[in-house]
Amino acid sequence: MSEREVLELLRENARYSTADIARMTDLEESEVEATVEELEAAGVVRGYQAVVDWDKLEDERVRAEVELNVTLDRETGYDDIAERLARFPQVKALRLISGDYDFDMEVEGDSIREVSQFISEKVAPVPEITQTVTHYVMTSYKENGIELGDGEDDDRLSYSP
Amino acid sequence: MTFELSDRVQAVPPSGIRRFFEIAEERDEVISLGVGEPDFATPWAARDAAIASLEQGKTSYTANRGKRELRESIADYVADRFDLGYDPDEEIIVTTGASEAVDLAFRAFVNPGDTVAVAQPCYISYEPGVTFAGGEVLPVPTTEEDDFRLTVESLEQAGAADADMLVICYPNNPTGAIMPAEDLEPIAEFAREHDLTVLSDEIYAELTYDGEHTSIASFEGMRERTIVFNGFSKAYAMTGLRLGYALGPADAIAAMNKIHQYTMLSAPTTPQYAALEALDTCDNDVREMVEEYDRRRQFVLSRFREIGMDVFEAKGAFYCFPEVPDGFTAEEFAEEVLREQGVAVVPGDVFGDVGEGHLRVSYATGLGDLRQALNRIEAFVEEHA
Ligand SMILES: Cc1ncc(COP(=O)(O)O)c(C=O)c1O
Repeated sequence: MSEREVLELLRENARYSTADIARMTDLEESEVEATVEELEAAGVVRGYQAVVDWDKLEDERVRAEVELNVTLDRETGYDDIAERLARFPQVKALRLISGDYDFDMEVEGDSIREVSQFISEKVAPVPEITQTVTHYVMTSYKENGIELGDGEDDDRLSYSP
Repeated sequence: MTFELSDRVQAVPPSGIRRFFEIAEERDEVISLGVGEPDFATPWAARDAAIASLEQGKTSYTANRGKRELRESIADYVADRFDLGYDPDEEIIVTTGASEAVDLAFRAFVNPGDTVAVAQPCYISYEPGVTFAGGEVLPVPTTEEDDFRLTVESLEQAGAADADMLVICYPNNPTGAIMPAEDLEPIAEFAREHDLTVLSDEIYAELTYDGEHTSIASFEGMRERTIVFNGFSKAYAMTGLRLGYALGPADAIAAMNKIHQYTMLSAPTTPQYAALEALDTCDNDVREMVEEYDRRRQFVLSRFREIGMDVFEAKGAFYCFPEVPDGFTAEEFAEEVLREQGVAVVPGDVFGDVGEGHLRVSYATGLGDLRQALNRIEAFVEEHA
């Protein structure tokens, strides 16, 4: 299935050129181009981003995983709360999940103060939210399927039989 | 005092890739397409099984021929995948890499002065192996016109009818050529007609991208005269665990075991547990790796064509075998592209004289690096060709 193959390659590296993807999949370049356009138009591909290892930068970048519990009433559903939270640029990911709490929210900011302020001033006051538990990210080992850290050192011999 | 080297050791020249290795060591940021081993790690399940066996203290020798359970698993696997029926008690031996199995076979079956026909270009260990055993190599060239497949004509032309033994390796290192059943059939007939023992190195069998791998031992009347080599290095990304095996008639395997039991006693134990698990549960991992190699293969082949270097349509293993542009020998090209662009490839003549004019390019390297390496080769060719 060519759509899937193209998607997998884009997820691996969104900067592969149309020509690269055509070579790797044995499709025509025009087919690749059309597939990508269709996937974008259908909203399957929502955007392209870099996977960043913030630990490698001097600047502090703070991330937190926040557990949110909510109580719903007759007028407000999960989608309403989600819509309200997702608008904040500090919120990088928001998911309704099963289990002990309702939403799983990823927040990013320049400092711990900024992140905690955002949670206490913008998130906690939302009337339906009954509890927030903030977990600051200490170290990230893998993001979007890509392992972070020292990078993959290839210590194989440069020549072998 | 100085050691007086044996004639057999002196007869083997130093490896053709050692010099390149030294140049590569001097240079920063070399992207290596010179490697004959997977860039994947052994599937987790197999690593876990190895770790668990160590935790349980399973660190003693196994049976000389390998753990019985593993031999049974191997028998099931080769029956299922390649239609080969071997008795785990008498017709299978587990070795320290396919390398040991190859060496055992030469030592068990080659008499001094025997002629061993070897289809070339080929893996670099066969010729020294024959020499160490006291035999003589008869090169049987294969050519790009024949898709680097072995033909009866080339066997006849090389005089292989009078040889004692024939060594073949498909899918092939270094060309990536495969031999479908219809091409193997006449070779099998030739071997029967001229009473040749056949050593068939099938370590890349799982890495076949076009059709199914066929073993020469599966033809009528061939099982009796063939030793099949296989192992876990390539398909299961287990090179460093050093585990392989040989399949053959009981008396032949007994002869190999005679040497093995005195030189090796048994293959290492920990990897035998890893191998058991690999055969049992790692089909999916193998499939995923093969899919990834295939994607890279298509990428590399079409990129070489774009650069304007002729390249043979490799259909197996993880190598391709492009021709060097006019004005270079294989060695010159390999050395200059390494010095100027920091891309390591192996000159084809290392794999036998017929490999002259070609390069072995391994795509057992991530797509990102492959992409960059091919851009550098392109820049090199644009500047010099
Ligand atoms: C054709 C061939 N046979 C055998 C081997 C050695 O395999 P092992 O790691 O099982 O000793 C190699 C390794 O490069 C090979 O290419």
